[in-house]
Amino acid sequence: MKKAVVTGSYSTKVGELEGATCMSLHTEAGLGALADAGLAVSEVDGLLCAYSFTEPHLMLASVFAEYVGMKPAYASAVSMGGVTACMLVMQAAALVEAGYCRHVLVVTGDNRLSGMRGNAVQALAEVGNQQYEQPYGMTIPAAYALVAQRYMSEFGVTSEQLAAIAVTMREHAVLNPKAHMKTPFTVDDVMNSRFIATPLHLLDCCLISDGGAAVVVSAADAAADLKKPRIDILGTGQGHTHEYIVAAPSLTDYGCKRSAADALGRAGLKPSDIDVVEIYDSFTITLLAELESMGFFERGEAGAAAAAGDLKIGGKLPCNTHGGLLSYGHSGAAGGMFHVVEAVEQLRGEADGRQVEGAELALVHGDGGILSAHCSVVLGRA
Amino acid sequence: MEKPVPRPNADSAPFWEGCAAHEFRFQRCNSCGKPQFYSRAVCAHCQATDLSWEVAAGEGTVHSVTTVHRGPSVAFKEDSPYQVALVDMDEGFRFMANVRGGEAEIGTPVRVIYEKRGDQTIPQVEIRG
Ligand SMILES: [Zn+2]
Repeated sequence: MKKAVVTGSYSTKVGELEGATCMSLHTEAGLGALADAGLAVSEVDGLLCAYSFTEPHLMLASVFAEYVGMKPAYASAVSMGGVTACMLVMQAAALVEAGYCRHVLVVTGDNRLSGMRGNAVQALAEVGNQQYEQPYGMTIPAAYALVAQRYMSEFGVTSEQLAAIAVTMREHAVLNPKAHMKTPFTVDDVMNSRFIATPLHLLDCCLISDGGAAVVVSAADAAADLKKPRIDILGTGQGHTHEYIVAAPSLTDYGCKRSAADALGRAGLKPSDIDVVEIYDSFTITLLAELESMGFFERGEAGAAAAAGDLKIGGKLPCNTHGGLLSYGHSGAAGGMFHVVEAVEQLRGEADGRQVEGAELALVHGDGGILSAHCSVVLGRA
Repeated sequence: MEKPVPRPNADSAPFWEGCAAHEFRFQRCNSCGKPQFYSRAVCAHCQATDLSWEVAAGEGTVHSVTTVHRGPSVAFKEDSPYQVALVDMDEGFRFMANVRGGEAEIGTPVRVIYEKRGDQTIPQVEIRG
């Protein structure tokens, strides 16, 4: 089996990007990642895309291939919410490992802030079950709030501990000139921001941003003469337990347990081996629940660890070193891809001003739905 | 803008017809004996397709609850803030509802009540003393 490696990565600016479209963001990110890998469009034989809210289409990969003038030997688009970016990396790795492709471009992007004119919250609420959730005014934050309330009641997590996660993400964003939000805030600021759905305040919720990001996944033997240090895909895994929160088998245990165990197991590693983690943080509770479910902390300990600074750059487990969805930016499927790109930059030693010293192993994790669908990717510096 | 009205289909028609008659119907699998919500063509526990309808007593306990300050649309503005709860029914299944006539917390005992919503009737819960 051929080994899969990440040979290129790129992210556009994030924030409110005047004049950006879904396809312009795809193009900048995709061509940027290819340039980073030193590859021409004609050398790409695989193309994987996600989905768009602003330019929805049944066949987004074909739309992008046509737009940019690419004629890949394999193309597919996957729509699995926030987990999509990690899933596409896993799929790209499988394609090159199986020998179907040599260079797969994985590209995501959406102008979700400027292109939806404030309708993003309503549009996202429509992923709730039409008959059994939507009639009750359930929103995505409300669903995660149900998780948070249960988690607090079972494990003694506090609102201040959740706020400490948001503060850490913002501190990382302050170090990152590209981040969407860079104004520092405190635990008190989070606690005093208005409630969206108790116990989640405004600053417990992720941003809505325009942006795009892409990576190139190549077969190791095709990556010999590339410009940048190659990053190995050491292990990947998924876990799926439900779609709708009303049908979740548990409000405290999720598919990330299996996805991380599989990804780490395939890499021959354990959680304590990992130097830096980039984990989906749609809400503060998302990150906390995943850190514990995946085995990075014992039950009920991630909140206290966040409050003690363990998730900071320089802490015991640097987490979301770019600022995460909470402060770097969230552009639909690209939100999860920002985590992948950041892991690549950390492992290459390119994370100026926010570099985790000596980072050799990273775990990236995405989740889609309401902690419904999970994918973990373990990356390592070759 | 109106609040969402559930659109019954072949899987769910008996449930919504029950709600119209103020009867909380749920499925039980004739193969493994487990209850399930929401209703569907297959048992999600054992994949058997032989399912029976039963009627719940209408009492349960709040498994989790949040107070929503920003609803999904202007239709929910007049209710805001409002509570959304996951309720564990005594028969052993879970469903979602708004809490009416008081504030619930985790563990609060509740009973099912019914509300008109467009041309349908939806189950909600109120606190039972
Ligand atoms: Zn059964």
